[in-house]
Amino acid sequence: MDITRRRLLALLPAAAVAWEFVRAGTPELSPNYKTSDHWWGMLIDITECIGCGSCVRACAQENDVPEGYYRTWIERYHVTDYAIERPHVESPNGGKDGFPLDQDPSGKNFFVPKLCNHCADSPCTQVCPVGATFVSPDGVVLVDKNYCLGCRYCVQACPYGCRFINPKTNTADKCTLCYHRITKGLTTACAEVCPTGARQLADLKNPKDPIHEYLRTHSVQILKPHMATGAKVFYNGMDGSVR
Amino acid sequence: MQIPVQGFMYPNEVELQWSVLIVLYPFITGLVAGAFILASLERVFRVEAVKPTYRLALLTALSFLLVAPLPLQLHLGHPERSLEMYLTPHRSSAMAMFGFVYLWYLMAVLLLEIWLDYRCDIVVKSKTEKGLPRLIYKILTLGSDVLTERSLRIDERLGYFITLIGIPSAFLLHGYVGFIFGSVKANPWWSSPLMPIVFIFSAMVSGIAAVMLLYMLSSRLRRQQIDIRCLDKIAQYLMYTFIIDFSLEMLDLLQRIYEADESFRSLDFMVHTRLWTSQVIVQILLGTLTPIALLGLTQLFSFTDSVRKRIYALAGCLTVIGIFAMRWNVVIGGQLFSKSFLGYTSYKMGFATREGLLTAIILMILPFIILWILVKILPPWTDAESISASEEIPVHAAS
Amino acid sequence: MRRAIPAPKVKLLFKDIEHLLRLAAVMLIAVVAFVVLRAAVVPKSFGQYGHYRGDAIAEVAARPVAHAGHEVCEGCHTDVVDQKKLGRHAELHCEVCHGPQGRHADDPASIKPPLPDTGVICARCHEANSAKPRSFPQVASADHSGGLACNTCHQPHRPKIQDQAKPATGAKR
Repeated sequence: MDITRRRLLALLPAAAVAWEFVRAGTPELSPNYKTSDHWWGMLIDITECIGCGSCVRACAQENDVPEGYYRTWIERYHVTDYAIERPHVESPNGGKDGFPLDQDPSGKNFFVPKLCNHCADSPCTQVCPVGATFVSPDGVVLVDKNYCLGCRYCVQACPYGCRFINPKTNTADKCTLCYHRITKGLTTACAEVCPTGARQLADLKNPKDPIHEYLRTHSVQILKPHMATGAKVFYNGMDGSVR
Repeated sequence: MQIPVQGFMYPNEVELQWSVLIVLYPFITGLVAGAFILASLERVFRVEAVKPTYRLALLTALSFLLVAPLPLQLHLGHPERSLEMYLTPHRSSAMAMFGFVYLWYLMAVLLLEIWLDYRCDIVVKSKTEKGLPRLIYKILTLGSDVLTERSLRIDERLGYFITLIGIPSAFLLHGYVGFIFGSVKANPWWSSPLMPIVFIFSAMVSGIAAVMLLYMLSSRLRRQQIDIRCLDKIAQYLMYTFIIDFSLEMLDLLQRIYEADESFRSLDFMVHTRLWTSQVIVQILLGTLTPIALLGLTQLFSFTDSVRKRIYALAGCLTVIGIFAMRWNVVIGGQLFSKSFLGYTSYKMGFATREGLLTAIILMILPFIILWILVKILPPWTDAESISASEEIPVHAAS
Repeated sequence: MRRAIPAPKVKLLFKDIEHLLRLAAVMLIAVVAFVVLRAAVVPKSFGQYGHYRGDAIAEVAARPVAHAGHEVCEGCHTDVVDQKKLGRHAELHCEVCHGPQGRHADDPASIKPPLPDTGVICARCHEANSAKPRSFPQVASADHSGGLACNTCHQPHRPKIQDQAKPATGAKR
């Protein structure tokens, strides 16, 4: 049976409208989207992450991330007994191809996906000399690649190591929380493909978003809280050894 | 190009962001600040002994200040957008604000002071020279050839005032570079309130040493008798400044070792392995302790003039090398370890690349070429010939 | 010159600072030139929402989407949905195995994606690894299947073998 676009449109108006919207790709934000209605974050459940690397691959494909650089990546931790300050960590190719069989199954082992934390008090936007990186009104830290000088100060200032210089544009680059998707009602590419639901987009300003109930009922952490960055990526089940 | 990683680094951290050109930048601005402070010793603090180096110090400062933006331009991903820093500066960014500190220092302090000090000579030369030099001098006079006693007195007062504000400006110039690093909370090797102070003092040390060496070199090239009293004074200031600088750095080190916070084990390992040669051997042993000891010897014991000069030359060279090593250890060292404190990377410096060693060497030679040109246009020395030349032309009298 | 007359004194004073006035004029010209340049060159939308180019937000949002999202897939492939919702892969979104299908959704007739290679993709999730949660279904594939492709026995849309009504077929349209 041949499905043509017309048939698709006839079958499913809602999906059709959504997809037309998605295809529109015009420089104006989608008409229904108001930045003041949203405050974006992400929830990562470490107890569910299986380290399959699907998120890393999906992100690379969705955002044309160059080889050798990572907008998101996965780390595998191996913690021996009480040596909580000296975990053994690895991230082969950012976890893009999954992880090799582990040599030492003893001790505590788990995966930690990482990405830009879209900090509310972001140190990277503080140091940008020209205003090429900024926190959008809806809480996403973005880079204006047509304005960035490529001075790399923001890369130095990020405590999480999530920024890099894109060799194709010679500007700073990093996770955009799939801004081009979330402003059209879609979820991020990494959350879309995560097989276990370990990664979930969260809209902290939406009272109906399940994140609020989740935060109330679980023990969550952010990375490097002593840096006071106002990070908005929350981790459930994160061990104290995570750097 | 595979960069070998020891332990674990966040995947985006493996490649160093700031290269040897960014090491050059604080080194060059440090020389500027230091040379200027030396010049101001004579002008403001009336240290007569160092007067012979006054103009040379100013021209040295200018030569290096003109070259300072070049390593930055070569490092940027989009140098053609660098004007954005002046058009839309982000006020919370130390780097952006530094652009204005640089501009202020170049325009309102250094150029103005040099112009005011040399104006008499410029006006005279605009009348005595021929051809292209005449045109250059004419432009430098800004079309005014007034040399009344009153105007020269006004120049003198204004120059004094500018030197006065120039001293804190010089501190601001290089202290700001220290703050650019010291304010990065993400990097424990950089993040420290001491950083601007350490940078200022090491800048003064390198600047004083550089001017001392240039004075000795230029005297030899001109076959002129060096003012040994001047040299002794400069060496003395160098030693005192160095002792303060070294104390500050040791204070930082001792505090780190004692407190041994989260980052310490990682940084300690880095110093013992990757930075051993550049930090312990070159910066501390050869570049700090040896010059201080040499200079201390000249204070404690009396040597003949020629022996003292040799000691000063050796101490000066070691100092300049040591301060360069210090910049290297700060900039490169700060990027060799992972912010997870679990691993280390390496710095692969290219040679004939945009940010490679050859570029760095050329950029270090360039200020001396500019200085040579400046010395030709604005000679720092009044020897017999130029005095008689200026006496021939009467000062333009008020009519 | 006679002292009593004020005018010559003023003239004298002016002459003495003439060079400084010329310098001030040069600086003033430079400042004016800078202000004019700034007005001309700084992008119009700069400062609209904060210290950045306001247009940048829309530019970032205008990027074309690569992953269609499972709702779009499910709109057409209803038979797969029916099969999947009964099994363990019910919550799995299509593109985790099939890759980004934005272009296929755009023009389903002419752009047909290749079938995923089960020899490669299944192992990414299900290869045994001590860092995976214990409760997650995982096998050491060498012992489990001896190198056979997973869809030899498992139907990817409804993977439990006991649920198999018929052997695996590729989703054909």
